[in-house]
Amino acid sequence: MLICLKPLAFIICLIPVAQLAYGYYSDNLTANPIEYITRFTGSWSLIILLASLAVTPLRRLTGWNELIKLRRMIGLFAFFYAALHFSTYMVLDLDFDFAAIAKDIWKRPYITVGFSALVLMIPLAVTSTAGMIRRLGKRWQQVHYLVYPIAMLGVLHFYWLVKADIRRPVQYGSVLALLLGIRLAFRLTPIVKTWRAKGSTPLLPSSAAPRGRKEVGAGTERSA
Amino acid sequence: MLIKKPADIKSSEITPRELYLNRRQFMLSTSAAALAFTGVNFANPPAQAQSAGKLANVKKSNFSTSEKLNSLKEITNYNNFYELGTDKEDPAANAKYLTTRPWTVAVEGEVKKAKTYDIEELTKLAPLEERIYRLRCVEAWSMVIPWVGFPLSALVKLAEPTGNAKFIQFVTLHDPKRLPGQKIPTMEWPYVEGLRMDEAMHPLTILSVGLYGEVLPAQNGAPIRLVVPWKYGFKSIKSIVKVRFVDKQPAASWNMMQPQEYGFYSNVNPEVDHPRWTQATERRIGELRRRKTLMFNGYGEQVASLYSGMDLKKFY
Repeated sequence: MLICLKPLAFIICLIPVAQLAYGYYSDNLTANPIEYITRFTGSWSLIILLASLAVTPLRRLTGWNELIKLRRMIGLFAFFYAALHFSTYMVLDLDFDFAAIAKDIWKRPYITVGFSALVLMIPLAVTSTAGMIRRLGKRWQQVHYLVYPIAMLGVLHFYWLVKADIRRPVQYGSVLALLLGIRLAFRLTPIVKTWRAKGSTPLLPSSAAPRGRKEVGAGTERSA
Repeated sequence: MLIKKPADIKSSEITPRELYLNRRQFMLSTSAAALAFTGVNFANPPAQAQSAGKLANVKKSNFSTSEKLNSLKEITNYNNFYELGTDKEDPAANAKYLTTRPWTVAVEGEVKKAKTYDIEELTKLAPLEERIYRLRCVEAWSMVIPWVGFPLSALVKLAEPTGNAKFIQFVTLHDPKRLPGQKIPTMEWPYVEGLRMDEAMHPLTILSVGLYGEVLPAQNGAPIRLVVPWKYGFKSIKSIVKVRFVDKQPAASWNMMQPQEYGFYSNVNPEVDHPRWTQATERRIGELRRRKTLMFNGYGEQVASLYSGMDLKKFY
């Protein structure tokens, strides 16, 4: 199954690039291609980031454990589109005017949060190799919890930049809230069960619910 | 990464425009004939028929810039007209909903000659002129557009404003069937805008009914819109149905929604940034590099005196 799953996901993640290339050759990137490419790559970065966050809930809800093997690639694609997004802004829009870029990052909150999200993604990309996972051990998990603030900053970046039509950023925000909500539910369920089992109010829930316990295939996966 | 420059020759330029349109007409009439042959009643005129139409006796104007024009394709496919959708390509795609006949414009309020004008009458109110203006959007892009219209002052003079008339408020059509974007509460509908009386009377301020010598396409604010070239584009309200003379500064849509981002005046001013982005530079559509934004969009010589003594950082 995985044999075709991974290449398939890889190709799907490349469709937006192909769309851009096609739009470029058919002169179809609107009258303002730079703005279009900026928005397009930004949107896809967010969508793919949300997809990477959907892997764990999907896996746990469906029991389809092989999905986890797609997560790294999807996450790296989110970084890839974020990098394209920033490059478009830096190279095409502002033509390497680093003074203007620095001023933007400092002065414009939506750019501040967007840039922060991108910078925070770098350590995740760097530590995504098998070697780094091994070397970092338990700390790998902690580093990769960064994906939650990254996703929140990304959605905020989008929300703060639109002029009036907040529908799309709100959609992205809702999906993110749902994905984080599911995680919270996963976390709380065993705790609640333990409380019920004990039949009393828990004073020390931490002792009742050790984290990351008895997960399927706990040796190879990290649930971030 | 390289950005492809727009193709030197557009297909619409290779074929002379008349032939190009004739071809469309041919295709429409043959398809109509085919439908007639199969017994289908083709009563509704095709959508294109409404926007096609050359405007006669259009005079040149000294107010026109000699800068390179943006193409008809650029001007009609990259629009901010939220009533027809919030993406730039939406207004062109949804233009078919905005039927512009019949259409009337009510002139009312502090005037001696209140009147509801039919659009045909308005178009003949004053000699039509071609005005090639720069348009600077508040989003930091710009175009050069050959509008066809007449000075707003012509309409104001006919209305004979009373001494109480200090401002004019303009109102866009409110009809979610014809402007489907109004089904979504992106903004408070209808869209409204306003000018101070001296701004309205300024010879650069026009009511436009056309573009590139032809009837204004729906996505550009048909059948009649305001064009105030020294202000950000959103001041140039589209598809107007009411011109109301008032004694106080009237409500203006973006100003109401985000007063700290969009002032009532909204003169193009490279020194006053939008809180979220710089207004010092802009991208001329069709160009790769940003260019410097000019004070009053380059119309300072003509309009700066309107604002003498005003702190434009305060009255942005």
